[in-house]
Amino acid sequence: MFKTSVEIMTEWDIVEARQIGRQEAKMLGFNTVDQARITTAISELARNIYLYAEVGTIEIERIETEGEKRIIITAVDKGPGIQDVRKVMQDGYSTSGGLGAGIPGVNRLMDSMVIQSNVGEGTTIKTEKWLR
Amino acid sequence: MKQLETQYKKMLMDYITYQSEKNLYIAQNFTRQLIQKNVAPEDVVGIHKNVMKEILPQTSNEEQHAYDFLIEVMVQYGMTHRAHQSLLQKQAEYDMEMKIAADIQKTLLKTIVPQLANVDIGMVSIPIRKMNGDYVHFLAEDKKYVCVAVTDVIGKGVPAALCMSMVKYGLETLEYTYKEPPYVLEIINRVIEKSVDDSMFVSMFYGYFDIQKSTFSYASAGHEPALHYSAKNNQFSTLEAKGLLLGVLPDTKYAFNEVTIEENDIIIIMTDGVTEFRFHDDFNARDLITTIIEKNKFLSAQQLCTLLYEQIEQMQDFKLSDDFTVVIIKK
Ligand SMILES: Nc1ncnc2c1ncn2[C@@H]1O[C@H](COP(=O)(O)OP(=O)(O)OP(=O)(O)O)[C@@H](O)[C@H]1O
Ligand SMILES: [Mg+2]
Repeated sequence: MFKTSVEIMTEWDIVEARQIGRQEAKMLGFNTVDQARITTAISELARNIYLYAEVGTIEIERIETEGEKRIIITAVDKGPGIQDVRKVMQDGYSTSGGLGAGIPGVNRLMDSMVIQSNVGEGTTIKTEKWLR
Repeated sequence: MKQLETQYKKMLMDYITYQSEKNLYIAQNFTRQLIQKNVAPEDVVGIHKNVMKEILPQTSNEEQHAYDFLIEVMVQYGMTHRAHQSLLQKQAEYDMEMKIAADIQKTLLKTIVPQLANVDIGMVSIPIRKMNGDYVHFLAEDKKYVCVAVTDVIGKGVPAALCMSMVKYGLETLEYTYKEPPYVLEIINRVIEKSVDDSMFVSMFYGYFDIQKSTFSYASAGHEPALHYSAKNNQFSTLEAKGLLLGVLPDTKYAFNEVTIEENDIIIIMTDGVTEFRFHDDFNARDLITTIIEKNKFLSAQQLCTLLYEQIEQMQDFKLSDDFTVVIIKK
C-alpha cells in the first residue's frame, strides 16, 4: 500500500493531484484510457474542493495485494458540507450554475463512490477503481 | 473490448487500402453497434490508438502523445454523453409513469351521465393531450333533481389532474348543500385555495336543476357562460354569472341565479375549448353553436353534443387547441 496526499489550495494543486494520480494509476497498470478516467475523477473532486470548500486534501492510495490491484481516491475538506447528498448524485444538480456533471461523472468513471457530508462540518468523498 | 479492437483493426486496414465508400458505410454500422453497447468515446479513441500502433509500428512518439491528449479530451465528452443517456432513460421512465397516471385519472375521474325519466342529458369531453383538464360531475335523483358541475383547470398535465381529484373529492362530500350553487362554489373554492399551488386556478359552472319546480339555479366561478334555449320563444339567452375563479382568494362569494325551464328547453354548458377558435378571429363561436342547436333541436341531448363536437372539430381543421367539453340538458 502506498499513500500520497495533496493539499488543495490553488488551481495548481489540482494539477499536482492529477499528476500524482496519473502516475499511480500507470504504476498499477491501468491503460491510458483508464488513467485518463482516474485523472478526470481526481480533477472533478479537487475542483469541487477548490470551488466549494476552498481548502482540503486529495489522498491517493495505491493498493497492490495478491490478485487485487486498485486505486482509492479520497477527497476530504472541512468546508460547508453538502445538504442533500442524494441530489448531488443526480445528473444536472448544481448550486453554482455549473453543469452538475461532476459528482455523477466521477461515480461513472470509477467503480465505487461513497459520500459522507455534514452541513457545517465538511465533506469526504471516497472513490475506488479496480484493475481488471 | 479486445474483440471490438480486432474488428476495428480490420475495418481500418481495409479503409487504408481501398478508401472506398463501402468501407465507410461498414464503419458507420460498426459505430452504431458501439453506441448500442455503450462504448464510451474515450474507449473508441483508445482502440484507435492501439490499432494504429499495431498497423503502423513506425508511428512517432509525438503521434501517440497526441492520441493521449485526445483521450483526455474525450473523457470529458464521455461523461456528458453518459449523463445524457441516463437522462434519456429517466425520461422513458417518466413517460411510463405519465401513462399510468393518465389511466388512473381516467378511472378516477370517470363521469357517469345520469339516465333520468323526464330529463335528457348528454355529454362529450375530449382531452387534447393525455390528461383531461376538464371534468364533469353529476349528482342526480330521478324525478327530483340533477346537479352538474363543469370544471376547467387552468394549467395542464399532472398537477392539473391532481387538482381535479381534489375538486371531485370536494364535490362528493357536499351532502345537503348541493342545492345551493353559490354555496357549493364557496366550499370548493376553500378546498382548492388551501391545498393547491398558487399557480393553479379552476373555473367551474355549477347548476342545480329542480325537476319538480322546473327551475335551473346556477353560479359560476370565472367559467364560460352557459346557454339557455327557450323553445317557447325560439330564443337563446346567455346564463351569465359573475364570480372569481376558484383558488384565488379564500373568502370569495358567488352570485345566485335562476331561470325557469319549460317543455323542450335546452341548457348547454361548455368549457372554453368549445368557444375558442384558433383560425377564425372574426368568428363568433356562440352564433355557430346556437345555429347548430336550433337546427337540430329535435335530436337527443347526446346526439347534439356529438354533433357539436364533430362540426366544431371540422371547423378547426381537426386541430382543437384545448380540451373540449359540452354538457346538454333537455327537458
Ligand atoms: N466539497 C464540496 N463541499 C460542498 N459542496 C459541494 C462539494 N462538492 C460538491 N458540492 C455541491 O454539489 C453540487 C454538485 O457538484 P458537481 O461537481 O456534481 O457539479 P458542479 O460542481 O455544480 O458543476 P460541474 O462540476 O459540472 O461544473 C455543487 O454545485 C455543490 O453545491
Ligand atoms: Mg463540480
